[in-house]
Amino acid sequence: MNTEIMGQDKKEIQQAGEPTRPGKQFIPAVDIFENEKTVTVIAEMPGVGKDDLVINLEEGVLTISGEATWKGTEQETILAQEFEAGRYIRKFTLAETIDQENVEATIAEGILVVTLPKIEPAKPRKITVKTG
Amino acid sequence: MTLIRFTDRPLPRNPWAELEKFKREMDMLWPRFFGGETAAKHVSSVYPPLNISENADNIFIRAELPGIQANDLEIFIEGDTLTIKGERRSKKANEKTSYHRQELEYGRFSRAVALPTKVDADKITALVENGILTITLPKAEEAKPRQITVKAS
Repeated sequence: MNTEIMGQDKKEIQQAGEPTRPGKQFIPAVDIFENEKTVTVIAEMPGVGKDDLVINLEEGVLTISGEATWKGTEQETILAQEFEAGRYIRKFTLAETIDQENVEATIAEGILVVTLPKIEPAKPRKITVKTG
Repeated sequence: MTLIRFTDRPLPRNPWAELEKFKREMDMLWPRFFGGETAAKHVSSVYPPLNISENADNIFIRAELPGIQANDLEIFIEGDTLTIKGERRSKKANEKTSYHRQELEYGRFSRAVALPTKVDADKITALVENGILTITLPKAEEAKPRQITVKAS
């Protein structure tokens, strides 16, 4: 792959009303793909470690959120700032074919990977009709 | 190669960059006129985003590089220009996968920054943690702030 990354700004969440928590909130960029067995969600959360991550699954809604906690040492003067720390949050509605008991998540290098296994489709059963 | 002074706007990366930008702006105008959905996502055309800061002894350059491992990265210093280069590879390239959504970008990147002071090139350290690259550049002795005591005559 020889394409050049163009770079895109982090999408900030525009909230209705006054925010009640400090810091900015962002919508992480995601890739979602599936194969015959699983649906995979890949989310970009730079600065988020394993302990800063909260994943919730409630009533078929998957919520991923994480706090980017990196910070500089004290007494640093900022010369240029192109990205900010903050909180990433995004919600997904899961299809009924997802096995919600076996959802798995891993995070490495600021990339969250959520694996959603599909429920095995019910095998078609043939019912023989007997004549009475 | 892009060379960015902190005070300047980024130089165009390729001769068509300005045209592409214009095209994007035009693309954004149409829906606004006809009341359709508002503009497509904003593309900033500089990657990776950097935060640059300093203290008395060091310059710190931090870059947001999610999914990049230490061996995918190349960092060069040439005079007072620091270059960060690398490639981000797509994790899944299975034929049987079908995409629902593809927002992440993959490919090569390169960015150069002009350093504000002279640095000790031998003592530069770089660390990737949770997708954030931190480069610590110790300032050269002559660039460090020095206090001058004023003597009373």
